[in-house]
Amino acid sequence: MNRDIVRFALRGLSANKLRSGLTTLGILIGVAAVILLVAVGNGSSRQIQESIARLGSNTLTVRPSTTGGGGPGGAGPRGGFPGLAGGGQQQSSGPRIQAKDLTVDDAKALADKAAAPSVKSASPVVTAQSATAAYEGSSHAIAQFVGSGPAYFDATSNAVGTGSAFTQADVDQARKVVVIGQTVVDELFGTVRPVGKQIAVNGVPFTVVGVLKEKGSSGIQDSDDLAIAPLDAVRQSLTGFGGLDQIVVQATGPDATDGAEAEITQILNQRHGVGTGSTADFSVQNQASLQETASESSETFTVLLGAVAAISLLVGGIGITNIMLVTVTERTREIGIRKAIGAPRRAILGQFLAEAIVLSLVGGLSGVAVGVVGSQFTVLGVDPVIVPSSILLSLGVSVGIGLFFGGFPAGRAAGLRPIEALRHE
Amino acid sequence: MTSPHDGAAPVLDARDVVKIYGHGETAVHALRGVSLEVHRGDYVAFMGASGSGKSTLMNILGCLDVPTTGSYLLDGTDVGELTQGQLAVLRNRKLGFVFQSFNLIPRMSALANVELPLAYGGVGASERRRRARAALRLVGLGERVGHEPNELSGGQQQRVAVARALVTAPALLLADEPTGNLDTASTAEVLAILDRLNAQGRTVVVITHETEVAAHAKRTLRLVDGRIVEDVRNAPVNGPPPGLAAAADATDPGPEPASGSGPAERGW
Repeated sequence: MNRDIVRFALRGLSANKLRSGLTTLGILIGVAAVILLVAVGNGSSRQIQESIARLGSNTLTVRPSTTGGGGPGGAGPRGGFPGLAGGGQQQSSGPRIQAKDLTVDDAKALADKAAAPSVKSASPVVTAQSATAAYEGSSHAIAQFVGSGPAYFDATSNAVGTGSAFTQADVDQARKVVVIGQTVVDELFGTVRPVGKQIAVNGVPFTVVGVLKEKGSSGIQDSDDLAIAPLDAVRQSLTGFGGLDQIVVQATGPDATDGAEAEITQILNQRHGVGTGSTADFSVQNQASLQETASESSETFTVLLGAVAAISLLVGGIGITNIMLVTVTERTREIGIRKAIGAPRRAILGQFLAEAIVLSLVGGLSGVAVGVVGSQFTVLGVDPVIVPSSILLSLGVSVGIGLFFGGFPAGRAAGLRPIEALRHE
Repeated sequence: MTSPHDGAAPVLDARDVVKIYGHGETAVHALRGVSLEVHRGDYVAFMGASGSGKSTLMNILGCLDVPTTGSYLLDGTDVGELTQGQLAVLRNRKLGFVFQSFNLIPRMSALANVELPLAYGGVGASERRRRARAALRLVGLGERVGHEPNELSGGQQQRVAVARALVTAPALLLADEPTGNLDTASTAEVLAILDRLNAQGRTVVVITHETEVAAHAKRTLRLVDGRIVEDVRNAPVNGPPPGLAAAADATDPGPEPASGSGPAERGW
C-alpha cells in the first residue's frame, strides 16, 4: 500500500516533468547555495588562519614601544582591546619611564629555560629598511632584509628548501651569508642556481647559502620577498648597532603562548625597570589571540553567507507549496475519482506529501551534488572548504521544507469531499 | 417486498431519504422522501428528467453524500453512522462506480486503473494484477491492458471503467448514465456487459434518461421532483435480465467481448 502511494506520487510528478524540474531547481539552488556559500566562508576563514600561521606558529613578537603617552590609571598588563590588527597587543597607559631599547641580552634572558619555561626560543631581529641586492647586473630591492639567529627560521615557519640555513657559528662570527626567498631568487638569478653565489646587498657582498621554501603571497605582502642573514652581519653592514627591531619568541606549544606572554612581560618588566604605575617600553603581540580574533570575524562572515543562502532555500520551499497547490487544484477530479473508488484520506494525503518530499529530496540531493562539485573550484580567490554539517543541515531542511510546505496542499487534497471533487471540471 | 433468495438483508435499503441543499429561502429539495429496497441479483434502472433528483440519489446510494434526513443501509450497514474513513472502506469494498464521463485516471494504463481499487483495498501486487487482468478480460479488453485512457475509444474507456467497478467484486454496481457519452455500438457493448454481469448474479443499479437503456433492467423506477412516481417490474429478480433474454431470442450481436479476448490472455 505504501509502496503504491509512492508509485502514484512518482507518476504524478513524471506526468509534468518540466514543472517538477523547475520546482526541483528552486530547492537545488537553495541547497547548493547553502553548501557552497558556507564552504566559501569556511574556506576564507581557513585562508586567514593559514596566512596568520604563515607568520609563524606559536610565536609572540616583542617590539619596542614608542607610542602611548602618560595617562592615569594602573598599568594593567593586559589592558589591550583585541582588534583584528593588534590582537593581544599591550596598550600603554600610565606615566612613561625612560624607554630602553630591546637588546640581544633581552633576547638571551627570554630564552632562559629557568625563568621562562614556556619559551622555546627567542630570536633577536633587526630589519634593514632599504636593502638593494645585486647580482651580475640585475638588482632587486628586497622587501624584508632580516638579521637574526638560526632559531628565527623555525619560529617564523620559514623552512629552507635548497641549501641550508646559517648556523649559530655563522651568527657568532657575523659571517656574510644569506638565505633568500623565492621572489629574490627569481628577480636576481632567473634560472641560475643561487646557492654558493655572491650577491651585493647595498654594496656589501653576501654569500647565498640557502633558498627558502615558497610560501606564497598573503594578501598585500609577498612572503617570499625576503632575505635572512646573521644578526651581526646585518648590523655591521646595513643597520648599525642600535636597538633591536623586535624579538621573535617561539612558545613551546599552542597552549603555552599565554604563559609565554606572561613570562616575557615579567622578565622584560624586571630588566627594563618597569613597575606598577609606569608604562612598559615594549609591547608583546600574541599570534594566537590574533588568530582568534580573525577566526571570530570570519565566522560572522560565514554565518552571514549561510543566512543569505537559507533565504533562497526558503524561497525554494515556497515554490514547492505553490506548485503543489496548483497540482492539487488541477487534479481535483482525479482526487475525487480516487476517493470514490475508496481511497482513504491518508492515502491521498500520503500521495501528495510524497510528491512534495520527492521534489524536495531530489532537489536537495542534486543541490548537494552541485554544491560539492562547485566547491572544488576556486570562488572569488577562495578555495571553498565544505563543512559536512552544512550538507546534512541543508538536506534535512529541504526535506523538512517538503514536509512542511507540502503538508498544506496535501491536507487540502485529502480534505476534499469526493462528490465536489468529482464535479470539478 | 421480500427477498426471493434467502431472506438476507437487501443490498440497498433506503428509508424516507430526504436531501436538501442550502438553507432557508434558497433551499433546494433534491429528494423529498425516497424509500426503496433493492435485493441481491436485481437490475434496477432509475429514470427521470434532469433535476428530478436522480444524481443526488446516485450520490447518496454511492455513499458519496449523506441524506439530510432518513436512513440508508448498504448491504445491511447503516451508512449514516459511519465516519469518513469507514465510508471510504465501504465504497472500496461494497461499491463499484461507472460514471458518464468514464473518470479514468489519465496517464495510467488500463491495468493500473483497474488495479487502483484493489491497491486502496490493500491487495498484494501479484494478486491485484491477476484480478485486474481477469476483470479486463471479462469486459473484452484483455489485450489492451497497457493502453492509457487517451489511447482508447470512448466505449473501451467505459469498459475499463466497468472492469474497475467490478474488480473488487462489489455488492452493488452503480452506473450513472453509463452510455450518455457513447455511440450506439459502444452503448450496446457496455449494456451487454452489464446484462452479463447481472446474469452472473451481480446487483446493478443504472441511472439513465434513455428508455432503451432502462429496457435492459428488470425493474424501472421513475423519479419526478425528488419522488418515486413509478415502480415497474419487467422481469423477476432471479431470472436473466430482459436484454439478455431478448438477445438469446433474436440472435443479437450479443456480448462479443466474451469471445474477443485473445488466447494469449487465457493463461492469466
